[in-house]
Amino acid sequence: MTFLDYAPAPESTAILDIKPSYGLFIGGEFVDARGDSFATISPSTEEHITTVGEANAADVDRAVKAARLAYDKTWSKLSGSERGKYLFRIARIIQERSRELAVAETIDNGKPIRETRDVDMPLVAAWFFYYAGWADKLEYAGLGPKPQALGVAAQIVPWNFPLLMLAWKIAPALAAGNTVVLKPAETTPLTALLFAEICQQAGLPEGVVNIITGAGGTGASLVAHPGINKVAFTGSTPVGRSIAASLAGTDVRATLELGGKGANIVFDDAAIDQAIEGIVSGIFFNQGHVCCAGSRLLVQENIHDDVLHRLQRRLQTLRLGDPLDKNTDIGAVNSKAQLERISALVDAGEAEGATRWSSDCVLPAKGFWFQPTVFTNVHTSHRVAQEEIFGPVLSMMTFRTPEEAIAKANNTPYGLSAGIWTEKASRMLAMANALRAGVIWANTFNKFDPASPFGGYQESGYGREGGRHGLAAYLEASDQKAGGR
Amino acid sequence: MSRLTIPKTYKLFIGGKFPRSESGHTFEVSTPKGEFLANAAAASRKDARDAVVAARGAFPGWSGATAYNRGQVLYRVAEVLEGRAEQFVEEIRQSEGVSVRAARAQVENSIDTWVWYAGFADKYAQVAGNGNPVSGPYFNLSTPDPMGVVVALCPQGSNGQSLLGLSASVAPIVASGNTVVAVSHASQPLSAISAAEVFATSDVPGGVINVLTGNPAGIMPWMASHADVNGLDLAGADQVSAPDWEKAAAQTLKRVQGPSHEIPAPSLHRITAFVETKTVWHTQALG
Repeated sequence: MTFLDYAPAPESTAILDIKPSYGLFIGGEFVDARGDSFATISPSTEEHITTVGEANAADVDRAVKAARLAYDKTWSKLSGSERGKYLFRIARIIQERSRELAVAETIDNGKPIRETRDVDMPLVAAWFFYYAGWADKLEYAGLGPKPQALGVAAQIVPWNFPLLMLAWKIAPALAAGNTVVLKPAETTPLTALLFAEICQQAGLPEGVVNIITGAGGTGASLVAHPGINKVAFTGSTPVGRSIAASLAGTDVRATLELGGKGANIVFDDAAIDQAIEGIVSGIFFNQGHVCCAGSRLLVQENIHDDVLHRLQRRLQTLRLGDPLDKNTDIGAVNSKAQLERISALVDAGEAEGATRWSSDCVLPAKGFWFQPTVFTNVHTSHRVAQEEIFGPVLSMMTFRTPEEAIAKANNTPYGLSAGIWTEKASRMLAMANALRAGVIWANTFNKFDPASPFGGYQESGYGREGGRHGLAAYLEASDQKAGGR
Repeated sequence: MSRLTIPKTYKLFIGGKFPRSESGHTFEVSTPKGEFLANAAAASRKDARDAVVAARGAFPGWSGATAYNRGQVLYRVAEVLEGRAEQFVEEIRQSEGVSVRAARAQVENSIDTWVWYAGFADKYAQVAGNGNPVSGPYFNLSTPDPMGVVVALCPQGSNGQSLLGLSASVAPIVASGNTVVAVSHASQPLSAISAAEVFATSDVPGGVINVLTGNPAGIMPWMASHADVNGLDLAGADQVSAPDWEKAAAQTLKRVQGPSHEIPAPSLHRITAFVETKTVWHTQALG
């Protein structure tokens, strides 16, 4: 037994009480879907977890009408302080049930319990706490004295941070006085359905939050529904484009959080050991299923070999395996489809001439897995340098001058995130100024906070989530139409 | 004895220069009663693309200028407009068929619009930005950042507002550091080209403001789909064309401002419609 071997330490699933099937949560109660049903499985074991309903167009219509009714009859008539109290209640219940939610998220998503327990769930609760306090202070949101809610918000969230993305969407929408219809991703519906139970426990008025499960077709019906006033979507850039196109000519507002190809820039004066940790958390956090991942590593040329060596040594210590194990660093890839996409892009990287290195960890026999992988000898034109892989794959490139780093970092139609590693504060500020990205981390990476606006430039989407800006995305000034997207 | 006057040749304004349309096309501009005023340049798709290239080239310098400097330049536009006010009053009176009084009111409103945005150039970031109290040892700041090249179709109303429409569209876009390609009022383009002469003599760097005249339907589809355009202001679009252009803009996820029935009043929102919010997490550490 070497010092890296360890005894299994799995988190118990006894805390979970998962029903054999779930319907749709509409108008405050679970109802049967009129469409089909589908299974959600655990990506680490491929075992069946539960069966959920697939909302068809009639179900979508029912959910939007429930949200409209709740908006007209209840939610828009409540005072801000009363709305806020419901959100505070939800935040508290999430804290009370956080271990249960963390376990549920881990088995449904495949991400390590260490992350769901220590990152996702604390942030979910924090998001509701933060926006709860805004509900009776909307006049301070920067939109004039009496900003108005938009109405019914259609919200579609991805599978990489299922409950956290739900919180990013629902908390500001409700604080601003909107009602919502939310669709979780088809591979990770579980925690959204548990959240529906939390809404019931909090006594949230019926119809204020509606959760409908389904795949892309359900989402398309929801976005196209004439009864909605706002779309908030987190997902891929191609789907974002089609949503933007489908909203053309309407006055439906939209927030789109789309793809990214973030540059993580390491200067030769950086604290290298800290930078290595930042590189690792930048791309291997959540198996790289992070839109703002630091998937392009730009290293100053003279430290390339040193950084690569230290990075490889560090990656060899990452533990890949059972996501429920408290010692696991790298969990399962969320789905077979995503694993195939990662594999195809990695194959393309090799075919185009980049050099592949993968850590030699053993992959479990069942489930969907991918070793932490680093490409060197990457050209800026390579697909692995241009396309979002959304997996544990890092593309390493070099630069000589800060100007070259800026040019390479900005050489992308995306513009979501970037990282800067240097001990020189003046250079760090100048770099932050020049980088075309909505979120920039200086000597850190992949940090999130409800007070901090998040969102991208260009084809990474539009609008911001988090902070005052994220609240304003669900409000309209009373004296003028805000217009635009 | 009357002297024969020297009429002006109305051309495009691209990259600080006044070219004719590369297409060689012009169109006749008349008074509302049908009297001939001028042959204006009909901008082509190529002219529009050239204007985007000029605007992109000017973006680093203009967005990198200090906000105080940009405010001074915008104020300079107001100063030079004021000095040439009578010329604009006459031009507007003729081409829009309005009274001298109405024309003067429009010119004065336009000048005041430039002054309003000039004064906001070095302040709007304080209002639109944020210090964010995150849970951790980070200095976290959100600041607005100009998004790049914006194409603005100026308001097309028939009620005599060509110069005000141009001013209300262009001033907020450039105040934050964007560069702009402005497509003028289609049938009343003369004041826009005269305004370009003002821009050319007001310390506005070449390429920061570009002005095209011609048929919007022949220009805007190419601008809506242009991959190097970041924002689209459709203030002057009609309800039929706007959705098509917005759909084309969706392919590159441009920020779009929809049609506006009235001349947009000066507002912070007109500035923030074409900025990106950049949030930077600075790690704090003593050692």
